[in-house]
Amino acid sequence: MLERIDQLNWLKRQVDQLWNGALPVERPAYPALNLWDDGEAFHAEAELPGFKIEDIDLAVAGAELQIRGRRESHSKKGWAVHRRERPSGEFARTITFPAEIDADRVEAALKDGVLSITLPKAPSAKPRKIEVKLLGHKK
Amino acid sequence: MSMEMSKGSAPNTMAEARTVETPRFVPAVDIYETADEYVVMAEMPGCDPKGIDVQFEGGELSIYGRALPREIPSTGWLAREFGIGDYARTFNVTESIETEKISADYEHGILTLRLPKVETAKPRKIEVRAK
Repeated sequence: MLERIDQLNWLKRQVDQLWNGALPVERPAYPALNLWDDGEAFHAEAELPGFKIEDIDLAVAGAELQIRGRRESHSKKGWAVHRRERPSGEFARTITFPAEIDADRVEAALKDGVLSITLPKAPSAKPRKIEVKLLGHKK
Repeated sequence: MSMEMSKGSAPNTMAEARTVETPRFVPAVDIYETADEYVVMAEMPGCDPKGIDVQFEGGELSIYGRALPREIPSTGWLAREFGIGDYARTFNVTESIETEKISADYEHGILTLRLPKVETAKPRKIEVRAK
């Protein structure tokens, strides 16, 4: 699974370079992501206006989250295009979090174009409180 | 982005507080033209449907969307690639538009406006009758 994610990233980099011509230019990845850690869980937020739930795919393995999606351009036949600023096509982003995720408890919601994902940390990944026993010297 | 008042003199109205605190973004748009109308699709995710404002006056179309408050943590950031704020953009419309028939829909974070052209502005097919 991890291998496949690496391959997708590699492919995306190749495609990006091809699209930008001779010079490999660093383009901002889509979608932009806000990520944070609240101690118990990681959170990811992305703005994906115009996407429906069936257009987005989420996959979690270990400490990685993969977000994929596709959207067709909206123009219909016979329409003249005055402006086209909205991105269309496919996207794929892989995020490696600093700790393992409990994949079974991941929740995601899409509301008005905002995708919110909560990724609880795997129990083994949470900081465990360790009790220190005080040992006395035998007399 | 929070609704807290800034220190110092408090703004008099809620509208003033928002102008001071909330960043503004320009939404990406697609603009299409059909025979009957213009279609404007603006990306404005996370807005309050009641806080969306559309004005058309003097050949200028203005759109505004008020962002709904979102959970913003104070610490623990791993990546912060986008900001959250209101949306605003103005367009010049040179064609004649039926102002009363402008429609606006907000769905999936997209504001879709339909601006019907005035009847005389539509291309009219003229039939040529042979005698």
